[in-house]
Amino acid sequence: MAREEFDILDEVVTSEYKYGFVTDIEQDIIPIGLNEGVVRMISAKKNEPEWMLEWRLKAYRHWLTMREPTWQNVTFPPIDYQAVSYYAAPKQSAKPQSLDEIDPELRATLDKLGISLDEQKRITGVEGTPRIAVDFVMDSVSVATSFKEKLKELGVVFCSISEAIQEHPELVKKYISTVVPTNDNYFAALNSAVFSDGSFCYIPKGVRCPMELSTYFRINAENTGQFERTLLIADEGSYVSYLEGCTAPMRDEHQLHAAVVELIALDGAEIKYSTVQNWYPGDKNGKGGIYNFVTKRGVAHKNAKVSWTQVETGSAITWKYPSVTLKGDNAVGEFYSVAVTNNHQQADTGTKMIHVGKNTKSRIVSKGISAGRSQNSYRGQVRVNKTADNARNFSQCDSLLIGDRCGAHTFPYIEVANTTATVEHEATTSKIGEDIIFYFNQRGIDTEQAVAMIVNGYAKEVMNQLPMEFAVEAQKLLAISLEGSVG
Amino acid sequence: MLTISNLQAAVEGKEILKGIDLQINKGEVHAIMGPNGSGKSTLAAVLAGREDYEITGGSVTFEGEDLLEMAPEERAQAGIFLAFQYPVEIPGVSNTNFLRAAVNEVRKARGLEPMEPKDFLTTIREKAALMEIDQTMMSRSVNEGFSGGEKKRNEIFQMAMLDPKLAVLDETDSGLDIDALKIVATGVNKLRSPERAFVVITHYQRLLDHIVPDFVHVLYKGRIVKSGGKELAHELEAKGYDWIKAEFAEEIAS
Repeated sequence: MAREEFDILDEVVTSEYKYGFVTDIEQDIIPIGLNEGVVRMISAKKNEPEWMLEWRLKAYRHWLTMREPTWQNVTFPPIDYQAVSYYAAPKQSAKPQSLDEIDPELRATLDKLGISLDEQKRITGVEGTPRIAVDFVMDSVSVATSFKEKLKELGVVFCSISEAIQEHPELVKKYISTVVPTNDNYFAALNSAVFSDGSFCYIPKGVRCPMELSTYFRINAENTGQFERTLLIADEGSYVSYLEGCTAPMRDEHQLHAAVVELIALDGAEIKYSTVQNWYPGDKNGKGGIYNFVTKRGVAHKNAKVSWTQVETGSAITWKYPSVTLKGDNAVGEFYSVAVTNNHQQADTGTKMIHVGKNTKSRIVSKGISAGRSQNSYRGQVRVNKTADNARNFSQCDSLLIGDRCGAHTFPYIEVANTTATVEHEATTSKIGEDIIFYFNQRGIDTEQAVAMIVNGYAKEVMNQLPMEFAVEAQKLLAISLEGSVG
Repeated sequence: MLTISNLQAAVEGKEILKGIDLQINKGEVHAIMGPNGSGKSTLAAVLAGREDYEITGGSVTFEGEDLLEMAPEERAQAGIFLAFQYPVEIPGVSNTNFLRAAVNEVRKARGLEPMEPKDFLTTIREKAALMEIDQTMMSRSVNEGFSGGEKKRNEIFQMAMLDPKLAVLDETDSGLDIDALKIVATGVNKLRSPERAFVVITHYQRLLDHIVPDFVHVLYKGRIVKSGGKELAHELEAKGYDWIKAEFAEEIAS
């Protein structure tokens, strides 16, 4: 490598994180620390039924017996779980009945984030784009949900999980923790004990949800963790496309985000779940940023399909493996991922595809992009159980390196217990070399644009899976995340 | 148009160009010949602004501007085009997208609006026909899976799209069979104009049978040791580079 490139890499700068502002709003925040009293207090604040409290306490008591996982390829100082506040909510007298009642400060925040709850307005002016129903979660609570009435006509339930516990307890009780058990892992147990809100969605039998449903997560308060829980049930033969976005203010200390997402696709249903994760990644020296420790899992029953698409550009540390259990015959699972790390970010992300039913199919396309001094790991498990005759899996894991101080790692685990299975794994590693950049430059294209074009080309297969409204944003986000990563 | 004065350049401390003087005017075609390792490709790279080379002396002005002060993309935008000896493959970026970005960057630098998609496609069609390029190539990734001949033709096609003032062809004939060579040369000839200058770098005389130069310069050990008309190329072909080596060995050594 040429000397120049070293000099240029020294100049690596963080791009301005666009969403680093703080909303000045009165908070209802509980003191830091975690004990049974805190779990009870959260449950009481939510006015939860007894069974929910018991469920939380069970999770909490189990959590006490667990240890933080250490097998992941990331390093961070020990987290002091007693130094975090487990509940923070923007003070509103009550959840607004209409969107006009939302606090003006919150409205301003939504505007800044480019989120429209306005049911009249189409998203970003593109003629003919479908409307998007949004649930906005700030810190510990859902602030507002749009299009509720319209969806209700179809029997679609889309609300915060707190509301669902009040209004649809039978659905919540039936499905919560059936995909991710409360004792599944350290962070899932913690989440179960202290989760404060999140989104809930139920699509009735045979209904094709006419609009994208989406949740926007925002951390605002200081010294808090965000523990949201999403439960999505697609009843037989239904379809839903769900989007998730997230941002946080720039703060010097790390903040913990430990979410749980459970997807249930009953016979013949299809769930498409897309995430654009842009939590604050920390500054260029690795100070601050979100610890994103998330458990996401879906179960696909007979002839059902669960598809995860994720574009991960944020967080100081990402620990996340959206997975699919292919429980029913002919079930399909997909995982499309672009994970970008720059500066001092660390990501250990991938998926699990567990084949149980016959003729089940899974597809994994993972594109890692590492720049700066970051570390990017793909960790994926493909398991074919004895029962899964004729299971098929195809995995492709590509890594792209920018500069020579970053790392890319791939940890594939393949366990096959049925001889009729076909499992394929392909992997490539490439580097954006000086000669490619120079070729762009010589045609009049500057380096920033060159990197953006290369990266978007590289990630195209995954980006194509995103709903159109999201794809454009995600492309821009990729370019911004890598700004200044090459000279 | 281009004035090179006493240009010296080194790579990793080793001096490659040892004082080049060259004056190129509009409409002229200059051939630069020389044995391997004489500094031909270095000269092309230095003109295009490749950062591996350190300029140790001399100057280059392009249309009155100090070329050496300009970033590679600025040079391209000002109208300098390099047809690469080894064009790189760019997976995931289609020829169409790549060209659109390049054409619009060059237009922006010239104070023009981005080209309308419709006009852009029309231009592509015209130039592709001119260069005998298959339209289906446009949706493929830049140079990916192209044969050697296709890559070189793509370089000339890009040149046609970007409409440069000065085109530098770095051993465009290398690796081409005679048919491919003819197609490339025909393409270049179609782009010859009184407004455009060419620097044709080649090891062999055969390219110059097809692209007939106005001037031929022989580069040897980092210096232009001989200049003449197109007949100089034939003389080299007949006598070989040993003739040059023998004649100038003493002088260079001293």
